[in-house]
Amino acid sequence: MKYLDEFRDKRLAKGLVDKICSLSGEGQAGTPAPTFMEVCGTHTVAILRSGIKELLKGRVNMLSGPGCPVCVTATSDLDKTIALTKIDQVILTTFGDMLKVPGSFSSLQKERAEGYDIRIVYSCLDALKIAEENLDKTIIFLAIGFETTAPTIASSIISAHKEGLNNFFILSVHKLIPPAMKALLDMGEVNLDGFICPGHVSAIIGSLPYQFIAQDYKIPCVITGFEPLDVLQAMYMLLMQKKKGESKVEIQYSRGVPQQGNPKAMELMDEVFEVCDARWRGLGIIGSSGLKLKERYERFDAEKNFNIQVEESKEHPECRCGEILRGIIEPAQCKLFAKICTPEYPVGPCMVSSEGTCAAYYKWGQTPLVGSDPLGGV
Amino acid sequence: MCLAIPTKVIEIKGNLGVVEFGGVRKDIGLSLLPELKIGDWVLLHAGFAIQKLDEEEAEETLRLLEEISEVSG
Repeated sequence: MKYLDEFRDKRLAKGLVDKICSLSGEGQAGTPAPTFMEVCGTHTVAILRSGIKELLKGRVNMLSGPGCPVCVTATSDLDKTIALTKIDQVILTTFGDMLKVPGSFSSLQKERAEGYDIRIVYSCLDALKIAEENLDKTIIFLAIGFETTAPTIASSIISAHKEGLNNFFILSVHKLIPPAMKALLDMGEVNLDGFICPGHVSAIIGSLPYQFIAQDYKIPCVITGFEPLDVLQAMYMLLMQKKKGESKVEIQYSRGVPQQGNPKAMELMDEVFEVCDARWRGLGIIGSSGLKLKERYERFDAEKNFNIQVEESKEHPECRCGEILRGIIEPAQCKLFAKICTPEYPVGPCMVSSEGTCAAYYKWGQTPLVGSDPLGGV
Repeated sequence: MCLAIPTKVIEIKGNLGVVEFGGVRKDIGLSLLPELKIGDWVLLHAGFAIQKLDEEEAEETLRLLEEISEVSG
């Protein structure tokens, strides 16, 4: 078992596609195709790259949601990060995806070209190592990410605390997925028949935090893996729930998501962070949707320890990332898409991150992957 | 960004583990899964093992997939 190839089998995929087409075609003539939202950017890429979206066109509508941490980071938080790079003796460390995201007046990439010390790291552990090796410098880590990533940062903070490192700080702009799903539903802009729930967020939080969606909003939820067969099976499960008139939270990705998630990871998160309100690009401020350091770890909080002054943030007036993140429009409906806004010269964050909706559509969504050979992409 | 890769733990050194990608060995954090053993498969995200992969569940999913696919003919 390698946990990858087994879930890319074409024969099984074809059987599933037939079943999905038959289920979605049931009911009265003229009934619109069911609409599902994949919340996670990794799913957006999986659905486009495998050709599933194109293959099921007219049978299942797939909308992309606010599940790319880079994309939902507010411009004002990026402006703060850029301001931090200009403090004397600071080494700013960040995941690579953040580098090109345009802030109000600059980007981390531009600041790096200006000579500021901005380093890409793969893990918060790498940022800690830089701090240990540069005790005369101040190391600040831009802590973005959902519940998948936050425990790794929490663990790193605990290590820094135990080591007594006093030159390591984070700017926490972590965000939580279930409150964003609730906000999206409360806005009432999209009508959904089901959620493809994020597999790796759920590997940490388990299935319980989505129960309110099934119970209160009556929307089926399936926690889903990232291989083509995972996504197809999840669609089948959502359609079966719809057919039976049910709304519950099911776990398709059971090999990686126990019902209770990862209790140790949640314990570490709870030890270091507390829930706070957070500003999301496209969604505004959502109550209890962010994480900030608890008082006992405040000495690692860049926001508390440095005087950050930024001007009022601004965004490109024609950028429609906000609407794309809410699932209201698809990238092609933005007039900047693939013309002025490209991965090389992105205007909005959804074109920057490899898992941003616009970048995924640019790379995988413009040319039909499935032509004469159904499931060619799969 | 929530990408996580299945990988096998080949060595454990306290809170750190070693995994291998295409012949390259890499240290990863194990603090989120303290019960891991050598030979366990994990989901690796941002330098940490975030969840242990369950082989029995994987087999069961494949069995279900086979069943659904066959039912559809």
